[in-house]
Amino acid sequence: MTPLQKIYKMENFVNIPKKIFFSFFLIITMMITSTIFASTNAVKPPQNEWKHRSLFGTFDRAAAQRGFQVYKEVCSACHSLRLLSYRNLEALGFSPEESKAIASEYVIKDGPNDEGDMFKRSGLSSDRFVSPYANEQAGRAANNGAFPPDLSLITKARVYGEDYIHGILTGYSDPPEGMTLAPGMYWNKYFPGHQIAMPPMLLENGVEFADETEASIEQQAYDVSVFLSWAADPHLEKRMAMGLKTVLFLLVFSILMYFVKKKVWSDIK
Amino acid sequence: MSATAATLKNKTSPKKVKKTSPKKTVSKKETRREFLYLAAAGMGGIGAISVAWPFIDSWNPAADTLALSSVDVNLEAVEVGQSITVTWRGKPVFIRRRTAEEIKEAESVELLDLRDPQPDSERVQKTEWLIMVGICTHLGCVPLGQKVTDPKGDYGGWFCPCHGSHYDTSGRIRKGPAPANLIVPEYEFTEDTMIRLG
Amino acid sequence: MSKKSVGLAKSNYKNPVIKWVDQRLPIFTMLDKEYGQFPTPKNFNYLWNFGPILVVTLLIMIITGVFLAMFYTSDIGYAFESVERIMRDVNYGWLIRYIHMNGASMFFIAVYLHMARGLYYGSYKQPRELLWMTGIIILLLMMATAFMGYVLPWGQMSFWGATVITNLFSSIPLFGETIVTWMWGGFSVNNATLNRFFALHYLLPFVIFAVVFLHVVALHITGSNNPTGIEIQDERDSVPFHPYYTAKDLFGILVFLLFFSIFIFYVPDYLGHPDNYTPANPLVTPAHIVPEWYFLPFYAILRAVTANISFFGVTLMDAKLGGVLLMFGSIFVLFILPWLDTSPIRSTKYRPLYKFFFLFLIIDLLTLGYVGGQPAEQPYILIGQIATAYYFSHFLVILPLLVKFEKTSPMPKSIHDAVTKNI
Repeated sequence: MTPLQKIYKMENFVNIPKKIFFSFFLIITMMITSTIFASTNAVKPPQNEWKHRSLFGTFDRAAAQRGFQVYKEVCSACHSLRLLSYRNLEALGFSPEESKAIASEYVIKDGPNDEGDMFKRSGLSSDRFVSPYANEQAGRAANNGAFPPDLSLITKARVYGEDYIHGILTGYSDPPEGMTLAPGMYWNKYFPGHQIAMPPMLLENGVEFADETEASIEQQAYDVSVFLSWAADPHLEKRMAMGLKTVLFLLVFSILMYFVKKKVWSDIK
Repeated sequence: MSATAATLKNKTSPKKVKKTSPKKTVSKKETRREFLYLAAAGMGGIGAISVAWPFIDSWNPAADTLALSSVDVNLEAVEVGQSITVTWRGKPVFIRRRTAEEIKEAESVELLDLRDPQPDSERVQKTEWLIMVGICTHLGCVPLGQKVTDPKGDYGGWFCPCHGSHYDTSGRIRKGPAPANLIVPEYEFTEDTMIRLG
Repeated sequence: MSKKSVGLAKSNYKNPVIKWVDQRLPIFTMLDKEYGQFPTPKNFNYLWNFGPILVVTLLIMIITGVFLAMFYTSDIGYAFESVERIMRDVNYGWLIRYIHMNGASMFFIAVYLHMARGLYYGSYKQPRELLWMTGIIILLLMMATAFMGYVLPWGQMSFWGATVITNLFSSIPLFGETIVTWMWGGFSVNNATLNRFFALHYLLPFVIFAVVFLHVVALHITGSNNPTGIEIQDERDSVPFHPYYTAKDLFGILVFLLFFSIFIFYVPDYLGHPDNYTPANPLVTPAHIVPEWYFLPFYAILRAVTANISFFGVTLMDAKLGGVLLMFGSIFVLFILPWLDTSPIRSTKYRPLYKFFFLFLIIDLLTLGYVGGQPAEQPYILIGQIATAYYFSHFLVILPLLVKFEKTSPMPKSIHDAVTKNI
């Protein structure tokens, strides 16, 4: 018998009912876990192509850098990114000097000094991203009671991830016939409940990209979604690369171990 | 496995009797088996080390700790005769802009008089700026002498109140139990009045 | 008899160092007897791999857990941030965290398959009752550990899941509210709650380890069951555990690790809930509070009781208490299983009628799991109630009755008989 034929003769394939039982069990379990998402009243946004969601995922660095520009110039007015430090930008391709320069544009409250007072200084690359508001209450007060959420984990904290972010940013439209919006709200196709407190923030050519890419709303939405995916999961590339090595190693090792097992059992029966 | 134990104990079989099963020739099947087991064991070893490394490396300083391992200090505001203390890697660092007298005194000390002989030129990059880790080399207290009102010890530098170590204007140990001079950390002048510590 | 050998264990080892240790603490002799030579049925299928897989998973969870504890802070002001620091700044922190997080799911997949094997082949029957019961205790400890562990990251689901489940205890008559306040250390889930959960979450796995030790000792007294349900009669039925099952288990463990790795590296958040990446907010309740997938069947049973039990206008038992009792009852019913199923035939292989009911049970459990993940609306409520009713009737009515009515298939005379004739 060839090795392949030998594998097919494994015990757990002989007993047909058990095979069906296992695959059935596994499929249903997967279904159960995926239905957790179906139970929210989320509208599924259209799926986009993301370079980092492929099997050999890497972040589209050019897009992420543009996305950072969109965050910086548009979103950071209201949304914090408090879990990231300016030095993290070096992973996107900025040099240590560039990240230092970006950091120094911001004012950090530090202290107390020797006199016991808090003082202001310019940012260092080791500092965390500066938040637009001192606390949640200030954020709510400035935004009609709605708090612009921190964006450090937003693509992991929403069911459809970056597709959702992209959907929201491109999903603004007039409300349907006969629908009146609550005061201060806007109609959005993909926001749960459709009424969102955030106004449409992206404007055609609202940002001038450093690499001269045309800054359509679609482009800005895509790029900022890539940036936010990276912000939520900066180690994605390392994780998937390590995953490939691990899975291949374990595959080879299991196959090897299978033959060891067969060898050990060869004198039985 | 138990068969070999039995044969070991068997002392009664005379040496002249030839054993029927030849032990010297190892069958092809057996060499393949040995290789298989060896390969599996080898992979297991590689696997074990690969798994161990992330855990060991997790103890190394984390990224945010490493980010603070270098600190830039702006010396512009420090006047002649003034000292400042900055924190670097969790430790105090004394930075003093020395007066001409202090520099002269530091340079004129006989090396033979020093417990830890070190010329002043070895301890400074620019003679005006003395930069050292403010931790007494005896048992780790922070010496006094940074503030104008602090005692400076018998040699005009720093004085450690814990056990009475006296340091001179170059931060060298002159009197008291400390065995070594105050440590000069790694630093460089990135600009005329900017240094990078560490 | 020389005075030297008084008080020393008998050791057959030749190596002087090994023999010296072995005579005083016979680990080597014990390992050789219990694993080197231990007669194990030769007809195990791969379902028997899950015991060793579970031990490996427990060790993985303890090691990754201890390392996480080196970086985690259990104060509510810092908990969420400390986990994110592990994910972003600690070298390989993301890996250790994802292993631990997905390891919990793997632990439950393995334990459910391990239990399914026990249910199908009658491994809970005489003389293995205590083996089964220690196993159920381990399951309970695992559930408590997993519940508390999920609270630690202090995300929205951590907080609200803790709130919902701890609130259940208020349904205990007379003392309910007091017990809940005592558990919380305050008037809602708060810092005190998080800190004590952290301490207990660190402790319980070692308790699990101790009960696992008892579980394995119990196994070695009775010997393993096997797919025929017929005990080992002579050495034609068995093989020494080493090297046959050490090799087979190692293979099974590797396949398991492969499955595990796909989750860790490719879809690490698939089995979790996105809401837990939002920091806990006591003022905002998530749209749908759901526990982790492995608790879903119990959650469905809990929510199945929708009406109070009243007698002429007097509420004897409110729905909340009813649900809690049924939820714990679902595990209690497993605990006493050896006395519910008294059929002298162990293995379902030879019980064709029971085989159908067993299949129904599996479908029922999957249905309960599905219902548990849905919002508490119709038709899910009704489906959940039917499924809960079936679950209890399966164990309390069907199993005891089956013994009286079922006709069993012809059985092989022995294990080696079954193996050679492939029955």
